[in-house]
Amino acid sequence: MIRFDRVSRRYPPGVDALLDLSFELDDGGMLLIGGHSGAGKSTLLKLVASVERATTGAVLVGGQNLNGLSTRALPYYRRRIGMVFQDQKLLFDRSVFDNVLLPLSIAGFPPRESASRVRAALDKVGLGKREKALPIMLSGGEQQRLAIARAVVGRPDLLLADEPTAHLDADTAGDVARILLEFNRVGVTLLVATYADELFPGGRRLRLDHGRQCA
Amino acid sequence: MRTWLGHHLRSASLAGRRAAATPVNTLLSLLAIGIALFLPAAGYTLLDAVRQFAATTTSAPQISVFLRIGSAPDGSKGIRVRLEQHPGVRKLAFLPREQTLTRMKANPGLREVIDVLGGNPFPDAFVVSVIDESTAGMEKLAGEFSSWPGIEHVQLDSAWVRRLEAMLAFGRSALLLLASLLGCGLVAISFSIIRMQVLTQRAEVEVSRLLGATEAYIRRPFLYQGVFLGLGGGFVAWLLVAGAGMLLRGPAGELAGLYELTIVVGLPRPAETLGLLASSSALGWLGAMFSLKQTLNAA
Repeated sequence: MIRFDRVSRRYPPGVDALLDLSFELDDGGMLLIGGHSGAGKSTLLKLVASVERATTGAVLVGGQNLNGLSTRALPYYRRRIGMVFQDQKLLFDRSVFDNVLLPLSIAGFPPRESASRVRAALDKVGLGKREKALPIMLSGGEQQRLAIARAVVGRPDLLLADEPTAHLDADTAGDVARILLEFNRVGVTLLVATYADELFPGGRRLRLDHGRQCA
Repeated sequence: MRTWLGHHLRSASLAGRRAAATPVNTLLSLLAIGIALFLPAAGYTLLDAVRQFAATTTSAPQISVFLRIGSAPDGSKGIRVRLEQHPGVRKLAFLPREQTLTRMKANPGLREVIDVLGGNPFPDAFVVSVIDESTAGMEKLAGEFSSWPGIEHVQLDSAWVRRLEAMLAFGRSALLLLASLLGCGLVAISFSIIRMQVLTQRAEVEVSRLLGATEAYIRRPFLYQGVFLGLGGGFVAWLLVAGAGMLLRGPAGELAGLYELTIVVGLPRPAETLGLLASSSALGWLGAMFSLKQTLNAA
């Protein structure tokens, strides 16, 4: 599913966020990326989401080299992956329902099918009864679950999550991790940047230290 | 096709909702655009009324040749022969002074004046239609006629129509210039409003891109908003023109009536209304396009 082949990512004026990184992740697998703050975890996820491009080396997702992805093809590639961002990136001026609807509306799903998919996704993360609420009315854990619902509503093959349990209390973090694990159990490839490896049992671990792979 | 239509409907409704979310801003913007468009639109309507009036007025150029009062009756005959034989003259009509007196006395106001003057103050006259109707040609002929003995005065009857036409041509050019300038103004207003809107929706633009939105998908609601601004502003301008037309209709008719003229100030015609709305929408869209080109690439 994902293959990194001697990937480096350098930011001006010469800071290496990732250096000579190589790994593979099979279809339906789970990879936990660990490491200190600034180790390159988020950069790795950004490369997979094609938000950024590798300075050297090749990032392949589903056999496709993302370095060769055209600007026109990029939106269609992004629709195939689900992303849970560190800062969630929820839209606070629209309801919980409309936040989850956004990816389907972008992909041009018919309204009726979209509505039932949105409700299914919200049910799955336990927000079925909050669809009319605004994100600001939700707790931190609920907002994180909303972000997951939005990431999975398009039924992606690959789910990326950047620190999905950060800033949550232990119980809530456990709930969020359980939801992500459930998706992995039904075949969704899961790539999680996290400090809390213990919440994701069974996942392969990749530890980064100043952009280099150390375990 | 259905997906495409769905995208457009959603974008249009989103644009409408965004505009409705800030009603005061939207109304003020529409008013600003409306007033900017009102000036050329009203100018056009006025010019059109004058043009119609000029078209209904005879504009076949003629030269009136007035004979000296008291010249012998055969003097007029001599001049008639000279005029008839002149190669530049196409048609000739003689207005005897008695006939002019009778016609003028038919006007009650003039009758009193004529009675005070006593006798017949009007001279015999010829109305001459010419072959060469150019201003230079006619002026040359008029000069020639006035040098003939027995002729008191020569007048180019249609000179004022020509002057009016020249003024209309000037008015059209001035209007075009004004419309171009204010059209640029509309583009600038739309540019600035859409820029503000993009900055306000920056988070949504960013999230949409991350979720796989194409640039067309992101741009569409902003473009619709530009079109709606132009369209709404055009409608406000139409209302202002129609309102001004209704207000001026009575006084303009009265004024024209005093000069025995017919000037009709009416509502803009359907084709003109359509032209106004289409061009204002297009300008709103253009402003949005420029704005997106600059703002979205940087967002």
